[in-house]
Amino acid sequence: MLNYMRSNRREVIAGFVLVTLLATYLGTHPRGASTYVMTIWANQCLILGLAACAQFFAVVVRGIDLSVGAVMALTNCIASYLLDGSALGIAFGMVAVVAAGAFCGLVNGLIIVFGRIQPIVVTLATASIFVGLALLLRPTPGGAVNYDLADAMTLDLLGIPTALILTTIAVVGFWLPFRRTGLGLGLYALGSSEQAAFQSGIDTRFIRLAAFTLAGLFGGLAGLFYSFVTTTGDAGIAAGFTLNSIAAVVLGGVLLRGGVGTLVGALAGAFILKTIASLMFFSGIPSLAQPLFEGLILAAAIAIGSADILRARNKLEVFG
Amino acid sequence: MFDTKPPLLEMQGISMHFGPTKALDSVDFTCEPGEVHAVLGENGAGKSTLMKLIAGVLQPNHGVLRVDGKEVSLGSPKAALRLGLVCMFQELSLVPDLTVRENLLLGAPGAGLGWLNSEGLSKAQEVLNRIGGENIKMAARVADLTLPQRQQVEIAKAIMKKPRLLILDEATSALNASVVEKVFELVREERDAGTAVLFISHRFHEIEALADRVSIFRNGQRVATFMNGEHDYGEIIDLMVGQKIEELFPQKMPVLNDAEVVLEVLNFSWDTQVKDVSLSVRRGQIVGLGGLDGQGQAAFLMGLFGLLRKTDGMTSIAGTRIEIASPKAAKHQNVALAFIPEDRKTEGLILDQSIQENLELAALGRSDLDAGDAALYASSLEQLALKHGGFGLPVSSLSGGNQQKVVLSKWLALKPRCLLLADPTRGIDVKTKTQIYAILRQLADQGTAIVLLSTDYEELIQLCDETHVFFDGAVVASLSGDELTPQNIIAATLNMSAQVEADRA
Repeated sequence: MLNYMRSNRREVIAGFVLVTLLATYLGTHPRGASTYVMTIWANQCLILGLAACAQFFAVVVRGIDLSVGAVMALTNCIASYLLDGSALGIAFGMVAVVAAGAFCGLVNGLIIVFGRIQPIVVTLATASIFVGLALLLRPTPGGAVNYDLADAMTLDLLGIPTALILTTIAVVGFWLPFRRTGLGLGLYALGSSEQAAFQSGIDTRFIRLAAFTLAGLFGGLAGLFYSFVTTTGDAGIAAGFTLNSIAAVVLGGVLLRGGVGTLVGALAGAFILKTIASLMFFSGIPSLAQPLFEGLILAAAIAIGSADILRARNKLEVFG
Repeated sequence: MFDTKPPLLEMQGISMHFGPTKALDSVDFTCEPGEVHAVLGENGAGKSTLMKLIAGVLQPNHGVLRVDGKEVSLGSPKAALRLGLVCMFQELSLVPDLTVRENLLLGAPGAGLGWLNSEGLSKAQEVLNRIGGENIKMAARVADLTLPQRQQVEIAKAIMKKPRLLILDEATSALNASVVEKVFELVREERDAGTAVLFISHRFHEIEALADRVSIFRNGQRVATFMNGEHDYGEIIDLMVGQKIEELFPQKMPVLNDAEVVLEVLNFSWDTQVKDVSLSVRRGQIVGLGGLDGQGQAAFLMGLFGLLRKTDGMTSIAGTRIEIASPKAAKHQNVALAFIPEDRKTEGLILDQSIQENLELAALGRSDLDAGDAALYASSLEQLALKHGGFGLPVSSLSGGNQQKVVLSKWLALKPRCLLLADPTRGIDVKTKTQIYAILRQLADQGTAIVLLSTDYEELIQLCDETHVFFDGAVVASLSGDELTPQNIIAATLNMSAQVEADRA
């Protein structure tokens, strides 16, 4: 157990921080730990959580995805057209929304791999394209999402917020098995040491392509869930989510240099960030000062995460 | 008459060049199944390039590779693995952030992108147990393992792939003698089961113990292949050394024994990589540092120049004891050290900046110099005959040799009292080498003290007045005058005298 905690110390720290923050939040909230409070909290967390998952797949292969928010905006706008009407139509719509996200990621991946261009540049450009498409679809916020479906996804099941159930499914049903596949290990190998991965006979181009496609797919899932929560389409949500998704993965112990971190950590980071924001809301800090405090907390968390560098005995390693 | 069975691997007319440097020059080479074939040669002889070609990491510029008589092209390590060509690389191919178990799974035969089965793991564990790695935990992160443990995991990973041709490139360099013996036992078993083994090592007694056939490489060519035991150590070293090229080097000048000591280092240690090194350099003296890669000599130079933290020992410049805490302190006029780093592309130059800007970098921050003054650089640039298309062009537009000239000029502008050089001629054409030798000689004659790290023993012999050979962080031999022979340097490099004693014990 102790060994497990040591080798996963980043996730353990993130989990500990999250539990402390959540306890403080529920303790100070005027309505206490009711299902209502928990549900609203969990919904907000899961939106950012899925965005952080998207960012995770780009970061773990030593990349970054600046189009996460844009993919969410685009898929959210698509969802506002497709998620209403017959049951069959809605089912098709949900698949189409997620597929659109995955397609955006595939485009990113293709340009990065075959154009040999840095992810930061590629996704900066495609982010504008995706937002542009979203604006063409929804020049002003609007559209509708089937209310029964939205309620089913965003309320609770036997007192447990649906968003938490979905989070558990993502971790147990997807992440834990995925981590044991060749693709799952390949992502880490690529991010940790591309040279070693290549020499071990791994198809590094395919893995990178798959990573960005997965990033797009989770961006699509985030957009879909955002649609359930807001029940409208809005093309203007991109910027905030992109930056917060990066902040979330860093908070969750995912190293921007690649190869280290887990999806669980990314989710925990997102939950922490949203919980801090909720705490601020009820803490009486003036709303204009909230970004300042959020920034300070984020900076402190990142500084702790990179304290390892103080141990370097060769000064050149600091620049590596 | 012809053989009914073609060789497992046949290479014909293989050439490989990186820019103007030829790493391999129309080499023919074959490997037979059930045979351990040792490959010997000095640094830069082309051994590693040859292995990388077989492993699919590099593709040859010319020539043909055949496996079982069929022509193949190995476009990637994956293609080579599919044919059963498995290489255990000198630079380890383990992913540092994954666990031992995960690394083994990644390399397992038939591992694709889907679900990984752990069938091969028991075989890998068995191999680990046999070669003294039973203490290596499957759940340990590779980054937390020691170098010998990583090599043991590499060996297990390679054997697990059931190779038809197994390349061991310095596979046992970090292992101690008893573990090496266990590894050899395993390799012999593989050989007897029909595997071809290519074995690269710098340790002669290992080659003698394991090899069936030996090939010797020199300057990118295969100069000899013979059965193990046909030639003794002396003959093999002569084959590796080849012809002397004394005319490349300028005449040595006698150093006065009473010349002022410029740099004196006493009991210098750092981490586990440098152990208790003492040396002194006089005005006009060129002192060489020899040894295989990574024996601590490079770290020693970095430490002198203030790049390492928590070093032990005493450093004096011109009789005054000083602490050099950073490169800025090292280049201060009271110290006046200069350091030409090993990797000019990342540590010596800013490739995208212009030649002029790169030249000025070292002089900037010295209050007594005007970095913009072209006269600072003019004489050394002229003597080195820098070929360039204008000082405003980025330094990346220059060839490797000319880039090194810029690095040298940038530091010579400070008129250093003591010049530290880390392998300044690595990967550089012969003409530039001669120019660099000439300017080093001239600087020495003008009174500069020079410390020259080199992997080329010719430089240590022809250029240096005294050479200290490093092994495992410590100086194992200090040679000067008539003792400076290739045989002595190579023997010291391999720590042969100590090895012989250890074998007797």
